[in-house]
Amino acid sequence: MYTEKVLDHFSNPRNMGEVADANGMGIVGNAKCGDIMQIFLKVSDDGVIEDCGFKTFGCGAAIATSSMATEMIKGKTIEEALALTNAAVVEALEGLPPAKIHCSVLAEEAVKSAIVDYCKRKGIAIPEGAIVEEHEHDHGEAEEE
Amino acid sequence: MRKVYLDNAATTALSPKVLEKMMPYLTGIYGNASSPHSFGQEARRGVENARSQVAKVLNALSEEIIFTGCGTESDNTALIGVVERYAKKGNHIITTNIEHHAILHTCEALEKKGVEVTYLPVDENGMVTAEQVAEAITDKTILVSIMFANNEVGTIMPIAEIGKICRERGVIFHTDAVQAVGHVPIDVKEMNIDLLSLSAHKFHGPKGVGALYMRKGIRLPAYIMGGAQERKRRAGTENVAGIVGLGAAVELACENLEESAARMTALRNKLIDGLKERIPEIKLNGHPTMRLPNNVNYSIRYIEGESILLMLDMHGIAASSGSACTSGSLDPSHVLLALGLSHEIAHGSVRLTLGDDTTEEDIDYVLEVLPKIAERLRAMSPLYHG
Repeated sequence: MYTEKVLDHFSNPRNMGEVADANGMGIVGNAKCGDIMQIFLKVSDDGVIEDCGFKTFGCGAAIATSSMATEMIKGKTIEEALALTNAAVVEALEGLPPAKIHCSVLAEEAVKSAIVDYCKRKGIAIPEGAIVEEHEHDHGEAEEE
Repeated sequence: MRKVYLDNAATTALSPKVLEKMMPYLTGIYGNASSPHSFGQEARRGVENARSQVAKVLNALSEEIIFTGCGTESDNTALIGVVERYAKKGNHIITTNIEHHAILHTCEALEKKGVEVTYLPVDENGMVTAEQVAEAITDKTILVSIMFANNEVGTIMPIAEIGKICRERGVIFHTDAVQAVGHVPIDVKEMNIDLLSLSAHKFHGPKGVGALYMRKGIRLPAYIMGGAQERKRRAGTENVAGIVGLGAAVELACENLEESAARMTALRNKLIDGLKERIPEIKLNGHPTMRLPNNVNYSIRYIEGESILLMLDMHGIAASSGSACTSGSLDPSHVLLALGLSHEIAHGSVRLTLGDDTTEEDIDYVLEVLPKIAERLRAMSPLYHG
């Protein structure tokens, strides 16, 4: 059901764990739905994400999308990181099952949430597109065994 | 890599001894069991022999056994049949909130047709009592359907006590015994069971064949129509090889039942105790003692079930989980929620179900691998601060 790429990021997650001197942190999702993603950022004074990390409670896709998202924003400016879409994460993972697309949405939201936190801490204006609306958690069509 | 199959509640491996009994019916004995010629009659003998094998292990009569396509069909036949046949007597069914979907979804469909259904709540161990059943019976009750043993958490229900109550009150008693047959002793007479569903692939028989025990005197309409097979109770050309396999498998499982249950219980307990010792903050789901000899179900706090399954699979271990992510739905298993588990704890469940082929080395391997997986996933979890 998962691509090789997803399984690779699940079994060898990149950037797993807290970043000691992080200056931005975002946490999205909830335990009730079965997935929580936390993203840590260390942003330099000139707005470049020097380091980032994640902690995730969730399924294989949740862990893999967290890992991939952190890989994709590392070394980027916060503007570039804000442009990260869930679709780009899915593409980089060479696809996700339909019921798991919401994991990539969470990853995008976690990145944005961490950037908002960074901006608040720095006292700088929150860039457009960083605030995500609360929405219904969609897991796609239910299937049964 | 070592391969360890611990998902025997989902399905079991076909026993080579059973396959051997089936082979003639997949090859030379191909006649239609309804045909009067020798080809047909040879197939017929295979079917009738299997019928007596099933009847014998349940302490039933051969004529009380109907072969079906699966456990789900048996459940559907029982519920829908009783509602149709006894509509004049009443329209109330009593069941539990931890039944298999073969029962629950059928009940929901019946509710839409005006049937009233009482879903008895289970306690934290997944148990209902005969008293609960007694209290729920009204003069409109036509059927009590309570599973013999739960497929997810392995809890064994007080079937004999419930059967006694139902018989005293004149209510038909059906039990979905799909997980119990071949694992625990069943006597339909002693336990006052009127209808019982079973499925061959849960006890090392083939897939695609089940049976329904229907006590003599109860006559339900055919669920599948179109022929006189199974004494007009289930139409369709018999799956002769499958039926022969079911008969052989049930005989084999029940022949060694005591011995095999004792062996499996010892392995099960080793796994239960071993995991408890090695992984902090885990919770055994289901009844501590009144549980199937082959069922272990743990919630591992702070981590999610599908991740556990994926990592186990990467180590060659096949298991199952009640997490939402393994079903594709929003909620974790209805069984775990009915036991009173929070969503978070229910998402972290892992079910390990043993089979005839499970060895002590398999258990040792799981005891070596699973604690490491729990540790690794907890290190990733924002909920864990250990």
